[in-house]
Amino acid sequence: MRTSLDAPSKVEKRPAMGRSGPRLKRSQREALAAYLFILPDALGLAIFVALPMLFSLSLGFFSVNGFGGFRFVGLANYQRMLIDPLFRQSLWVTFVYVLVLVPALYVTGLGLALLVNRPMPFVGVFRSMFFVPNVVSLVVVALTWQVMLVDKVGFINRLFEFFGLSGYSWLGDPNITLYSILFVTVWFLMGYYMIIFLSGLQEIPREYYDAARIDGAGPAATFFQITLPLLRPTSFFVLLVSLVSAVAGSQAFDLIYIMTRGGPANSTSLVIFYIYQQAFQFNNYGYAAAMASFLVLILLIVTFILFAVTKGGRFHFT
Amino acid sequence: MTEPTAQIQAGGPSRNVFRRLGPILLFCFTAVLAVLTVSPLLWMICASLKPGDETFSPNMLPQHWTLENFQYVFTASPFWRYMLNSFFVAGTITVIALWFHSMAGFALARLKFPGRELIFLIIFSTFLVSLPVIIVPLFILVRQMGMVNSYAGLIIPAIFNAFGIFLLRQFYIAIPQELQEAAVIDGASYFRIYWSVMLPLSRPILAALAVFFFLANWNAFIWPLTITNDRNLWVVQIAIASFHQQYSSSWNYIMAGSAIVALPTLLLFFIFQRQLVESIKTSGLK
Repeated sequence: MRTSLDAPSKVEKRPAMGRSGPRLKRSQREALAAYLFILPDALGLAIFVALPMLFSLSLGFFSVNGFGGFRFVGLANYQRMLIDPLFRQSLWVTFVYVLVLVPALYVTGLGLALLVNRPMPFVGVFRSMFFVPNVVSLVVVALTWQVMLVDKVGFINRLFEFFGLSGYSWLGDPNITLYSILFVTVWFLMGYYMIIFLSGLQEIPREYYDAARIDGAGPAATFFQITLPLLRPTSFFVLLVSLVSAVAGSQAFDLIYIMTRGGPANSTSLVIFYIYQQAFQFNNYGYAAAMASFLVLILLIVTFILFAVTKGGRFHFT
Repeated sequence: MTEPTAQIQAGGPSRNVFRRLGPILLFCFTAVLAVLTVSPLLWMICASLKPGDETFSPNMLPQHWTLENFQYVFTASPFWRYMLNSFFVAGTITVIALWFHSMAGFALARLKFPGRELIFLIIFSTFLVSLPVIIVPLFILVRQMGMVNSYAGLIIPAIFNAFGIFLLRQFYIAIPQELQEAAVIDGASYFRIYWSVMLPLSRPILAALAVFFFLANWNAFIWPLTITNDRNLWVVQIAIASFHQQYSSSWNYIMAGSAIVALPTLLLFFIFQRQLVESIKTSGLK
């Protein structure tokens, strides 16, 4: 008789089991097969995600040199964090970045979704056009926008000149640069959130809208009393995902790395970028890990608050 | 941009005019916005086809079309090698990830075993851990394993992510129980059920995820940047980022490199956009 065990054993060699092994009950065979199926991924996730996560918590207490030598330094890295003005600066930059990006993605994502959720000619083409920036790599996005944002002769400045505005240094003025980066980030990400919102909108039963029309509700009333409340689960997902990616998403790193290197005057030095700089430019791995665990702590707290406020993201339609 | 719907169809004395004009205005607005959205990409492609002295001319379209920038990219650097590296790395990650994730997803969805919910919860919780947060300890770990500057270092850590497992599990849960029962009665092993029943059924979602994984890994930057400095192992993203440092004023070459790197992703998107969009939709609370 063929058992479940001989086949998955191709993945994990377990010669003792199988046909010749002791007869197992069906439920036991099923469980064993399941563990073997999960094993490769579970091992990988444990080694390359969970272990670094735990490792980063303890790494903060060590000084690590370039050759992998560890020296216990107690709280030194954490103390340094408290007095490092550049770290404080990067926290502030991250705060502003998150505060602008999360609402901006919500509004643009939902706005675009509402726009392309109605029948109109070429609506599929428009959806694709709004989404297409998202499939291009962030390096390409960063390079392209960097050329377009060049002082004086760049495409964007030419465009502004046309409207009689000129002289902006989009990536050179410390007061503007973070917002230029934010604009590019929204341009890159909004199509993704549009699709998420679109699937949320399409799940709202048509009857609600029919009923609202019969009751004589205007578009504004319909939007605020039907669409928004029924979109709550989607909204929760969007807020959570955009928040996490604003704090620690790869777009936060890639765009800064290519376009500004944290400058000018550290005005775009997001925590995620500063951590990378400390680790791989100045070889301060321990200090970088201390800052990373602090970031994780903040992320956990904010996620927890979001869950608490929204009661676990579980909403009841009322 | 926020909600043009509300403004345009608002009631009032001119309601009838808006009734008729509304959809047309909305169409025009959407069309203009869509064209503006793609214009940076069009601009990049145009800039890659212009000679260097035209990069900053106010015209979007080239006055003298040229392929010289592309020739330069391929002769001044081993760009083919970088592209092969990217194809190899992204392709390998995609294949292995699909295999591992489909097995895990199948077990989590269709097999009963002690600790199933807990294991799923733990796997799911790694969803929130993003690479930039763990990059320092991950690098140290992978360095201890001797995988710096190797294909293994580029590939292995990138295989594992909870997103694919989660999506496949959701898919397998929806498959009717009868198909599996029939196979069990026929005496099929669990691996056979996975291989001959579940995998063929999940072809559409596997295709969608394949596109998704390939794109994500072709576009990946921070990990290859961290784990390789040997030029022979460079992937395309690192290559064009370094062009940027080498020829910081020759934007025409950089745009040509960018166009080459973006082209496969754009092609994949146009061919598989339905699958891609479906997999994104599924990721949003379902």
